[in-house]
Amino acid sequence: MSENEGTDPIEVLRTPIQLDYDYTAGVSASRFLRAVAKGKLLGQKCPVDGRVYFPSRGSCPQHGVPFEDGATVELPDKGTLVTYSIVRVPSENIPLELPYITVQVLLDGADTVLMHVLDAGLDDVRMGMRVQAKWKPESEWTTSMTNIEYFVPIDEPDADYETYKEHI
Amino acid sequence: MRDVAVVGFAQSANVRRETDRNEVEILIPVIQELRKTTGVQNDEVDFVCSGSSDYLAGSSFAFVAGLDAVGAWPPVCESHVEMDGAWALYEAWVKIQMGYADVALVYGFGKPSMGDLPLTMALQLDPYTVMPLWPDAVSVAALQARVGLDAGIYGEREMAERAVRDRANAKANPCAQVKGDFTVEGILADPFLANPLRKHDCAPISDGASAMIIAAGDRARQIQDRPAWIRGFEHICEPMDLGVRDLTSSRSTAIAAEKAGVRSDKVDVAELSAPFTHQEILVERALGLGDATDVNPSGGALAGNPIMAVGLARIGEAARRVWDGSADRAVAHATSGPCLQQNLVCLLEGN
Repeated sequence: MSENEGTDPIEVLRTPIQLDYDYTAGVSASRFLRAVAKGKLLGQKCPVDGRVYFPSRGSCPQHGVPFEDGATVELPDKGTLVTYSIVRVPSENIPLELPYITVQVLLDGADTVLMHVLDAGLDDVRMGMRVQAKWKPESEWTTSMTNIEYFVPIDEPDADYETYKEHI
Repeated sequence: MRDVAVVGFAQSANVRRETDRNEVEILIPVIQELRKTTGVQNDEVDFVCSGSSDYLAGSSFAFVAGLDAVGAWPPVCESHVEMDGAWALYEAWVKIQMGYADVALVYGFGKPSMGDLPLTMALQLDPYTVMPLWPDAVSVAALQARVGLDAGIYGEREMAERAVRDRANAKANPCAQVKGDFTVEGILADPFLANPLRKHDCAPISDGASAMIIAAGDRARQIQDRPAWIRGFEHICEPMDLGVRDLTSSRSTAIAAEKAGVRSDKVDVAELSAPFTHQEILVERALGLGDATDVNPSGGALAGNPIMAVGLARIGEAARRVWDGSADRAVAHATSGPCLQQNLVCLLEGN
């Protein structure tokens, strides 16, 4: 006879796991974040085909070549909304009021898109819309992309689809 | 079987803490050096395989970023193992054997300084009865060392001799982290870190990366004058539960060595990835190494232990001895899991 007979089966075992990490952003991302703290947006130009990656990173992921120090490019905080999604489902780590609009913005001069949120009417948002960053007050700037609170539409004609179709 | 050889190898310096660079930035110059020394560019590589651990990076899919160092356009045929790069090499070797590739790029990288490595390693133990106790990796290895000492398999002096040898050899290795002239008496006078292990019985914690090119047949001969042909390649795993294993020997290493054909002739050079001195003794014995073999001319894992890259680096160090003619027959070893749970043996020959 089993010694477990007549006892309730063990169905759940809780084994909490916590590991702490001292994260290293890296040389390239650190340069990017320090620039963001000053309100500047840095991209890096690939030495092979001249494409500009934003944010800046250590190497071109397409060609696997390191970015040289001089390859840093400062980008404007204006760009084109290339695609978007209206979010109606809450998420634990996003404190925004529902519904809100997530957007991918192609900054002028960049070849990769930036993901952020847009402050606009749900009926107004559209692909090709011209947008600009709305920064937090300078006194609150830190080494974080949250220095940009959100993007807002600006009064410029929509970009032609042909100019951003490769970046969707 | 196709003739496949190790034809290129590069590694970063093994350091306790890379303060500024992230994992990808450690890897970038290593891949660049490999391209420069072999002349092999991306368009000639048929298969890319990497070894790393998201547990070390502390984020999921962290290994994907490693491809930034390689470049992934046009799209590459690529795979990853959550193991040392030595196992990534094994996958690449199989791919070439199957005829799906002729040239493969393999790399491993790890930055354990971001976390607490001995505790992170506890996560590979049995998740129900052992892991919740959070036994750190050094303590688990110490239990194994104690079993062997009590059984008279080796002595503390013999263990210290391994540390002295490896760290003296490492003086010739610019990438090694712990090197110098130590004495057995000096080491035995040190306090215990986890009884019976002293600091010198343990491999250092190292950040680093290593990368390799392997190629088949004539392509290998074009890249390297004297390719290091892979004549035997095996890996064997023992059970996870420490209680059901014989911890006083490394049976899986012995089986892998047997299958790889290590004992059929003399071994000139052996590069071992055992991270503790008593484990190095167990691996030496399981491989059947004697006085004729130069063990760990690079210093082995005890001189630098960039986890996930260290086993691949042992194969690279062994291959270098074949390339330069100082060895005709070299054996490299890699390990994974607690107390030498899983072991890989790679036999390289110049002919």
